[in-house]
Amino acid sequence: MSKQTINLNVNGQSVSAEAEPRELLIHVLREQLKITGPHIGCETTHCGACTVEMDGMSVKACTIFAIQAQGKEITTIEGLGNPDKLHVLQEKFREHHGLQCGYCTPGMITRAHRLLEENPNPTEEEVRFGISGNLCRCTGYQNIVKSVMAAAEELNTTESAS
Amino acid sequence: MSATAESVQDRKAALKGLGTSRKRVEDARFTQGKGNYVDDIKLPDMLFGDFVRSQYAHARVKSIDTTAAMELPGVVAVLTAKELEPLNLHWMPTLAGDKQMVLADGKVLFQGQEVAFVIAEDRYIAADAVDLVKVEYEELPVLVDPFKAELPDAPVLREDIADQKEGAHGARRHPNHIFTWEQGDKGATEAIINEAEVVAEEMVYYHRTHPCPMETCGSVASMDKVNGKLTLWGTFQAPHVVRTVASLLSGIAEHNIRVVSPDIGGGFGNKVGVYPGYVCSIVASIVTGKPVKWVEDRMENLSATAFARDYWMKGKIAATSEGKILGLWCHTTADHGAFDACADPTKYPAGFMNICTGSYDIPTAYLAVDGIYTNKAPGGVAYRCSFRVTEAAYFIERMIEVLAIKLNMDAAELRAKNFIRKDQFPYQSALGWEYDSGDYHTAWDKALEAVGYKKLREEQAQQVEDFKAGKTRKLMGIGLCHFTEIVGAGPVKNCDILGMGMFDSCEIRIHPTGSALARLGTISQGQGHATTFAQILATEIGISADEITIEEGDTDTAPYGLGTYGSRSTPVAGAATAMAGRKIRAKAQMIAAYLLEVHDNDIEWEVDRFVVKGAPERFKTMKEIAYASYNQAIPGVEPGLEAVSYYDPPNMTYPFGAYVCVMDIDVDTGVSDIRQFYALDDCGTRINPMIIEGQVHGGLTEALAIALGQEIAYDELGNIKTGTLMDFFIPTSWETPNYQTDFTETPSPHHPIGAKGVGESPNVGGVPAFSNAINDAFRAFGLTHTHMPHDHWRVWKTANDLGLHG
Repeated sequence: MSKQTINLNVNGQSVSAEAEPRELLIHVLREQLKITGPHIGCETTHCGACTVEMDGMSVKACTIFAIQAQGKEITTIEGLGNPDKLHVLQEKFREHHGLQCGYCTPGMITRAHRLLEENPNPTEEEVRFGISGNLCRCTGYQNIVKSVMAAAEELNTTESAS
Repeated sequence: MSATAESVQDRKAALKGLGTSRKRVEDARFTQGKGNYVDDIKLPDMLFGDFVRSQYAHARVKSIDTTAAMELPGVVAVLTAKELEPLNLHWMPTLAGDKQMVLADGKVLFQGQEVAFVIAEDRYIAADAVDLVKVEYEELPVLVDPFKAELPDAPVLREDIADQKEGAHGARRHPNHIFTWEQGDKGATEAIINEAEVVAEEMVYYHRTHPCPMETCGSVASMDKVNGKLTLWGTFQAPHVVRTVASLLSGIAEHNIRVVSPDIGGGFGNKVGVYPGYVCSIVASIVTGKPVKWVEDRMENLSATAFARDYWMKGKIAATSEGKILGLWCHTTADHGAFDACADPTKYPAGFMNICTGSYDIPTAYLAVDGIYTNKAPGGVAYRCSFRVTEAAYFIERMIEVLAIKLNMDAAELRAKNFIRKDQFPYQSALGWEYDSGDYHTAWDKALEAVGYKKLREEQAQQVEDFKAGKTRKLMGIGLCHFTEIVGAGPVKNCDILGMGMFDSCEIRIHPTGSALARLGTISQGQGHATTFAQILATEIGISADEITIEEGDTDTAPYGLGTYGSRSTPVAGAATAMAGRKIRAKAQMIAAYLLEVHDNDIEWEVDRFVVKGAPERFKTMKEIAYASYNQAIPGVEPGLEAVSYYDPPNMTYPFGAYVCVMDIDVDTGVSDIRQFYALDDCGTRINPMIIEGQVHGGLTEALAIALGQEIAYDELGNIKTGTLMDFFIPTSWETPNYQTDFTETPSPHHPIGAKGVGESPNVGGVPAFSNAINDAFRAFGLTHTHMPHDHWRVWKTANDLGLHG
């Protein structure tokens, strides 16, 4: 199958990749662009380990062809924070023990990030509903929910103070 | 300010040792997407392997044509049993003393079985080539029901051993029969059951399910032919055992094999066994001279690597009319699938199923387990469980409820009446275990009080009245469970896997500036070992946990150990860590005494230093001692400060817990709503309460999944019906409740720090609590027992069968 050039913006950087039309975004991210934060847990859109943001929407990168990302802006866990300045969600997940094996964590945090962008002040029920497309086998979600709620609170406090 | 001015309390807190809810050191990389899992490994010229799998559950393989696949550009090789046979790798030994086909040798025995291994330049080409391999099959009759395995018309599955009358675990009475394992006193138990005032009987089925960690299994093999070294990265819960097995199978000397478990995305027992994919990636790398990666997809994971449970447990329990239990009888039919690939210690073909007397003082008991071959995937792994203790706990906790119904007695009262009393520990059970410690009544009373048990029962009774009066369509279930775990395998005299004794190990190096590196024979899969083992050590050697690096999983650097499963890391490797720490301290004492110019016995340990007795201003901190150990000539003492401990535990540990689950069940839809879940765990000394609580939340959610919907189901042709996450239930954040955790603390008397392990307790205790709640909701309407998983349809059907839909 012939390859096509895909130009996209990943975490603020313009990049390009050569991919067959059938290649999934998650494989292009992980294997060509060396962005291994998003993981593969099912390849059938159920688990959410591969969650990234595409033009301001959460998408499961295992169910998007790379070619569909042509000209789009993609944000992955690598784009949310860096070792010198972590995103509040990254801090709160650590503080509230919102992760164990870490495999679902990049997708979960990326999803939570979009959720809080859309609903900065969610109830616990809204958080539980909002992250229900992302599976976790380790934590039982209780501390994930706690982490997201704590992040929301801190983000709101910071914003109202500024 | 001098160091002496700091209080003992401050110095202790600075260590972040035992009992501290220390934040995890692993989280920095995981929250930033910088974990290193097996599929993240990328080597130059790496190839990808993918399997051709059988669509039939039982068929003869007439021919395999790889021509078209080999012609596809980018395909490097295709392996079948024919290519593996000259290397004697077409079959491999299982951990249970059986053997398993690596690639189909003449026939296939389950749907999804590995038939050929395609090696290509990328995963897309490999997948294309899989479709091009032509396999001609001749279908054979399929056996899915273990109770039909020994009927005259049953097909013989394992023709390779059809004539063998002796298996790895004694006599085989039929070609489809694997073993019979008996424990306890059959005659005495049957006599008690025949004579008892009250006998309750039930068939308790613990259905087939799967650990299904978020990351599937995979490996990367790289054979360096120049140096003769094989490196194997993979999802291994027991990397050292994998190295030994790889050496025995391949003939490569063990020192030329390096096995690495990188970050592991959850294991739960799925990653204990050795799978055909690992073997094929190794062979493929040897054949091609290039690194070869194999990573299974989710469907392959659910249908081919390591199911769990599938125990049909027929029970009889005898008691006096007052409810004093006299005897327990159990016969289990164990469906092992096509190969016996259980990951149990060698002497325990049914694992620790003989812990099935549970938390109760049952004087006489008998257990028999028959292992059976069927046309299903192999496995029988301990899914967040210590070798069948989950099955055992579910069995006894259901039997207690069934007995309570027969006695017309409250199930909480019946339990309390029969608990092993605190003064009976160490307790010798009728089926052969010595329970090390426990205080069941205290835990039970605390749990019942915390949930307001009496009031809950009153509310439930009122609701039954209201239901009967047509005022509500909901029923309330109160699920009780008091479980006893058996973990920390194990004493080497009893427990081995493939002949390797189940000790574990820790090696410590203290650096000159007083920070440290410790390496263990275990491997974390999310449990937070890098955090908690540093805490054990911090308390032992007086160096802050923040200054101790923990490493595991690289067989070239870590000391040999049997790995992480069966909640054995804390009981065994945790003990090794404490013991190695004590060796460090013993040497440090000699050095400190020399530096302080006193006799060894004139100084004593205090948090992070040795202090001269009676002269608190004279001391040497561990940091000072570490520096001196490298930089000062001390007569009679070798330079350096290192220690290693290989720990063989004298006994298992016996964590326990008291759980209560309150559910509201909609009779018309079968939907169960968890109103409250209270979990009291006693895991002995608590190392990191935050992590314990996290383990309990996670284990309970896996229990919820199993009890309320998760199953590996087959149709009569052996087709797997639950091979994707669409059908295989994993609870989301939406249906998972908030849990209420609590604890008592009864230290293990034989463990150096009194810790018992906790990772599996919530799964062991959670399943009966959820299931008992469902069953209990219908008790008032004549239900004695209904099988798991209690999904909405089955609950609706139970209500319907009881005539509750009018």
